[in-house]
Amino acid sequence: MAEPSPVLEMTGIVKEFSGTRALSDVDFRLFPGEIHALLGENGAGKSTLIKVLTGVHPLDGGTVALDGRPVRITSPLQAQQAGISTVYQEVNLCQNLSVAENILIGREPVGGGRIRWKELRRQAAQLVTRFGLDLDVTAPLGSYPLAVQQLVAIIRAVGSGDPAAGGTGDAGAGTRVLILDEPTSSLDRDEVEELFALMRRLRGDGVAILFVSHFLDQIYEVCDRMTVLRNGALVGEHMVADLGQVDLVKLMIGKDLDELEELGEHHGEPDTSEPFLRAEGLSRAGGIAPFDLEVRAGEVLGLAGLLGSGRTELARLLFGADTSDGGKVYIRGEQAALREPNDAIGRGVAFLSENRRTEGLVPDLTVRENIILALQAARGWTRPVPVAQRDELVAKYIAALDIRPADPEAKTGSLSGGNQQKVLLARWLLTQPRLLILDEPTRGIDVGAKAEIQKLVVSLSEEGMAVVYISAELEEVLRLSHTVGVLRDRRLVARAANGPDITAGRVLEIIASGEHQ
Amino acid sequence: MSLTSLWRAATQHRLFWPVVALVALLVINVPFTPGFFEIHLKSGHLYGSLVSIVLFGSPLILVAIGMTLVIATGGIDLSVGAVVAISGALACLVVSKQADQGSVAGVLLAFALALAVSLVCGAWNGLLVARLGIQPIIATLILMVAGRGIAQLITSGQIITVNSDAYSLIGGGYWLALPFSLFVVALVVALSMALTRRTALGLLVEAVGGNAEASRLVGIRSRRIKIMAYMFCGLCAGIAGLMISSNVSAADGNNAGLWIELDAILAVVIGGTSLTGGRFHLGGTIIGALIIQTLTTTIYTIGVPTQTNLVFKAVVVIVVCLMQSPLFRAKVFGARARRRGRTQKSPGATADAAPQLEVSP
Repeated sequence: MAEPSPVLEMTGIVKEFSGTRALSDVDFRLFPGEIHALLGENGAGKSTLIKVLTGVHPLDGGTVALDGRPVRITSPLQAQQAGISTVYQEVNLCQNLSVAENILIGREPVGGGRIRWKELRRQAAQLVTRFGLDLDVTAPLGSYPLAVQQLVAIIRAVGSGDPAAGGTGDAGAGTRVLILDEPTSSLDRDEVEELFALMRRLRGDGVAILFVSHFLDQIYEVCDRMTVLRNGALVGEHMVADLGQVDLVKLMIGKDLDELEELGEHHGEPDTSEPFLRAEGLSRAGGIAPFDLEVRAGEVLGLAGLLGSGRTELARLLFGADTSDGGKVYIRGEQAALREPNDAIGRGVAFLSENRRTEGLVPDLTVRENIILALQAARGWTRPVPVAQRDELVAKYIAALDIRPADPEAKTGSLSGGNQQKVLLARWLLTQPRLLILDEPTRGIDVGAKAEIQKLVVSLSEEGMAVVYISAELEEVLRLSHTVGVLRDRRLVARAANGPDITAGRVLEIIASGEHQ
Repeated sequence: MSLTSLWRAATQHRLFWPVVALVALLVINVPFTPGFFEIHLKSGHLYGSLVSIVLFGSPLILVAIGMTLVIATGGIDLSVGAVVAISGALACLVVSKQADQGSVAGVLLAFALALAVSLVCGAWNGLLVARLGIQPIIATLILMVAGRGIAQLITSGQIITVNSDAYSLIGGGYWLALPFSLFVVALVVALSMALTRRTALGLLVEAVGGNAEASRLVGIRSRRIKIMAYMFCGLCAGIAGLMISSNVSAADGNNAGLWIELDAILAVVIGGTSLTGGRFHLGGTIIGALIIQTLTTTIYTIGVPTQTNLVFKAVVVIVVCLMQSPLFRAKVFGARARRRGRTQKSPGATADAAPQLEVSP
């Protein structure tokens, strides 16, 4: 097959942030009608490359060519006009506007100096149908789940200059390049399938798609070609069919994965005495139906279930982040009224939220301040952690969790996702909790950091910490947990000791049927 | 080379542009007021324009310090002007009712009562914001409007005058050749710095203002922190009210501290604290307050007609705020810097761009 000429070619791309090289001499090309994966650990330079391409950051060196012609993209708007559309990991749409407004914002059909609302809704509805979705375009975007919002964001991105939109005209060429930065991190299996169908359809239309995802299975399912980055440098470009998963991971992290494989299912047995935490008929209307639960010291309790099945809601009740309507919680045998997170923290419970940005980090503050925050909150404002002790603790955890950059003065807002997660983990480990609740701790995190976090969970439980581990990845839950709980439709439908008979297939069956034994 | 790097470090300091603006404003006064920078010692007291600026600026500095903490929690306090009036009115009333207005004990009692009421005002704001969850701008608007009425009630709609040397010390008196208010300001500044940076209060305030939900989940008692910030702000406004009424030996419920909340908010913003909350800078706030006071003084000395002085003030404030914005500076001064940057960088860039393809298609 003769190779067509690339639609996009980036050569010798260099980008520096105040002296540190985020990208050094990276080449990248994209062919029409292909889905191209951009791979690398957190901090490898994937996001930076995308931001350079879309004009968010100016180039420090190198050239970009579209259809063989050199271009200089200096703003996201310019990128869009050149036919490069982007959908970011966080949905950047307006929750309070309607679906139609969100899709066509900035290019509303106008006539007689005002917006033609009927035409706007018609165009939006047409686009939505064309991409195989069934939505009420007049409903506010916020009334749809995150996954649907993600699809709307893609429709919005691809819809710019789309002829089906009824000749918006100004955008001209239409979308040539579509960039999807971690679009699947908040989607469940069905929704991912829907997204992939959309992507394949666009590929058929000759659109070049740049796809960033941490789920390797998804890469192998949907991508044609891939480019691997490591530490801001190009490692290689390969056809997906030519490179096995193990080799790919080796390329990404630059070392063998044996360490990860070593992590067996056998680790220390939890003690059988009084559970650390026991919930009896705990519930919250609209959140989760009444459930019973026990976690013992040294036990990892894994919670599996689809997105929106009540996993997060359950965890939040155990932490007092939400108040319960009914039921009781006993911690170390004593009934505990958890009205505020404070009440749980004081009893040795820690909770890592799935929303790093909105419920975890204080982006204004430095790594050091973010790490020390939980310990400081527990001590109260009158007893600051002594400077020497603080610096020692922070340095210790930065080293232990390998937080990069290892600079306690760095702003956390600028760290990569995996490093932000480690900062939040360090924050809680500092308080030496007895029960650690982890809600999707490895979501949106690269393979290396993922393995590190999993290993950390194992060693913490071996030291006697109780862990509640929530993850959408079944294999992860099954590998780490002593006990597995399955949620479905906001109900805890099954709880069983982990063993050979508990397999991913079995859990999937329970999730699908809602029945257990 | 080291000089340029020193220069760069200086220009990138947070306080660089506010200080430049302050110095520029001071220098502008010299042609209009010969001897502007001179300070004389007259009958044991220091006199001069600079001393006056600090003296008249003291209440604003105090109010702005309190405002800084409230803004850092993500709030705002519009009621400080009203609290200034209430505090002054109450103190003057208590003193004027006494047989011996000059008695130190009586004045101290008046101060204590006024400051206690100021704390209550702050607590009221804090409760509305933190307990009832009312938006700060609305919650404090209530006391901003009602507070003036309360002050009028206290003074029965009159201007209460007092005749007490002890009372006039705090806002108009001298100690060790310096205005006494200077010591009060220094004490409050030192206390608030110690309170925020020697304890963990500053960190917790910044966390609450930076991400309220994350702060709750990390176990910070954010309601308590917010209420404390509003109470502290009320206390600062109360002290400022004592100063203002002491300076003129009278309490005017209508006009004392009128619009001081706007000047205070401006001072905080000029000082580099974001209105969205989070990081705060007490040092910046003090510079900001001094800029505004100098501006007010300058308007009088260069003879801007009183009807138009607010316009003049607005223009200067806009310029100062723009100068602080890195984006604006890049736009205005950027063209020059870019040209310089390009000639320096081009050799390296070409080397980096040299083709080194090693991809396997």
